[in-house]
Amino acid sequence: MKLITAIIKPFKLDEVREALSGIGVQGVTVTEVKGFGRQKGHTELYRGAEYVVDFLPKVKLEAAVVDELVDQAVEAIENMARTGKIGDGKIFVFDLEQVVRIRTGETGATAI
Amino acid sequence: MVTLIHKLCLSAALLMLPALSHAQTAAEAVVDKGDVAWMMTATLLVLFMAMPGLGLFYGGMVRARNMLSVLMQVSIVFCLIALLWVVYGYSVAFTESTPYFGSLSKLFLSGVTIDSLADTFTDGVKLPEFVFVAFQCTFAGLTCALIVGSLAERVRFAALLVFAVIWFTFSYLPIAHMVWGPGGMLAEDGALDFAGGTVVHINAGVAGLVGAWMLGKRIGYGRDNLAPHSLPLTLVGAAILWVGWFGFNAGSNLEATSGAALAAVNTLFATAAATVSWTFGEWFFKGKPSMLGAASGAIAGLVAITPACGSVGVMGGIVIGLVAGLVCLWGVNGLKRMLGADDSLDVFGVHGVGGIVGAILTGVFSAPGLGGTGGADYAIGGQLWIQVFSVLVTIVWSAVVAFIAFKVADLLVGLRVSEDEEREGLDITTHGETAYHR
Repeated sequence: MKLITAIIKPFKLDEVREALSGIGVQGVTVTEVKGFGRQKGHTELYRGAEYVVDFLPKVKLEAAVVDELVDQAVEAIENMARTGKIGDGKIFVFDLEQVVRIRTGETGATAI
Repeated sequence: MVTLIHKLCLSAALLMLPALSHAQTAAEAVVDKGDVAWMMTATLLVLFMAMPGLGLFYGGMVRARNMLSVLMQVSIVFCLIALLWVVYGYSVAFTESTPYFGSLSKLFLSGVTIDSLADTFTDGVKLPEFVFVAFQCTFAGLTCALIVGSLAERVRFAALLVFAVIWFTFSYLPIAHMVWGPGGMLAEDGALDFAGGTVVHINAGVAGLVGAWMLGKRIGYGRDNLAPHSLPLTLVGAAILWVGWFGFNAGSNLEATSGAALAAVNTLFATAAATVSWTFGEWFFKGKPSMLGAASGAIAGLVAITPACGSVGVMGGIVIGLVAGLVCLWGVNGLKRMLGADDSLDVFGVHGVGGIVGAILTGVFSAPGLGGTGGADYAIGGQLWIQVFSVLVTIVWSAVVAFIAFKVADLLVGLRVSEDEEREGLDITTHGETAYHR
């Protein structure tokens, strides 16, 4: 089992979600985050006070995925989240040691 | 109808025979229901400026963790000063004694009853004195509340209240007396300050600047992001201030007559002019026209037209607005950097500088040749000197008193909150509340 974490541009969320649904990844957790990589921020000016805002709003997606679906899931996210411009984001894949479905108590791959 | 004709004849007779007015008795005094209704409305409008107008205007510009502290500071200062107003403030401002200070003859509003009358600018036309007490009270409260802007996000609440009481007593009251009170020095000189450019705006602006200097800069100033947390609220506040200012300016006419109408139109057009000039100025010099700039421009125009609204023409008022918008834009940028103080919400840059611009230009545009209401013998040069003098007196007086008042507050309770409290935010540390739960 793997935990796929993806940081993507916020407006790409719906497309990515639908693509993941399409390949059988049913559950996703979404958080609104801030971050920067190579994409530059912007400057805000309030009367005489200037602030350089480095952090850009992004969306973090987390999905627990069975091993068989990992490659497809990564590809789906990659393709739907890509715009070709700086700031598209990154995908991280972590080893997932244990998963429990709280309602039933199931563990392992059946809990995903 | 008969009563109206009677009143009109009486007023006409009084106006045409000035000698007769000296022999006037209380029985000939006229109280017009229109004037009373207007002045009561004007009082409400100025109250609305303070609560919540100024609170929202300022509050939107601070960080979320300090929103409630700004609302509290504005509201409590206003209410505290209102109480002191009826104890001794009204008496000291508006009774005759010395050119600098009135008497205590109306302490606790002694002698002021439901039948007492206050003068207007027209001989024989009076207002119930209670109306005048209430109207002027809102000015006193608002002026002291304005100073909060310079001290925001770091002043100790108790220190602010101590300061407000002292400064109200020794700066607001004497200057109000000098400009508007019977026998007041600047009034006797002929200073033109219709609604309080000196009494309110320069007075508060200078005190704010002194306070900002003495408090020191906010932690993270110039480095951290101290950006406004809710500019929509700031605009709501600015809009409330604009609407309320019609009470402030046109109400200062004390009667619902053409004088009030002149003040009202000036309040409309000068403000629009300043909003436009600040916006375009910012667009040109800074690259983008900002909403905060537009809101600030409006306030700058309102401040500048305050002393002028009763005596300048519409075109003169527009020029005053255009100039104020640009000069105050500089006031919150270049001048602010030169002065080196962290005047958090630019009370000096907008109210101080705007008040100075307005007070001086009042001397110019009150001239009859420039559309003003000055008499045929109006001399711009002479009037300008009187205006400049009144501005200088206000600046020096306010600065000295503010310095002493802040010092006393510092010695008694400490002027500034601790570093931890400042970082965490005044809402939770001083007031035990959070404005927004995320």
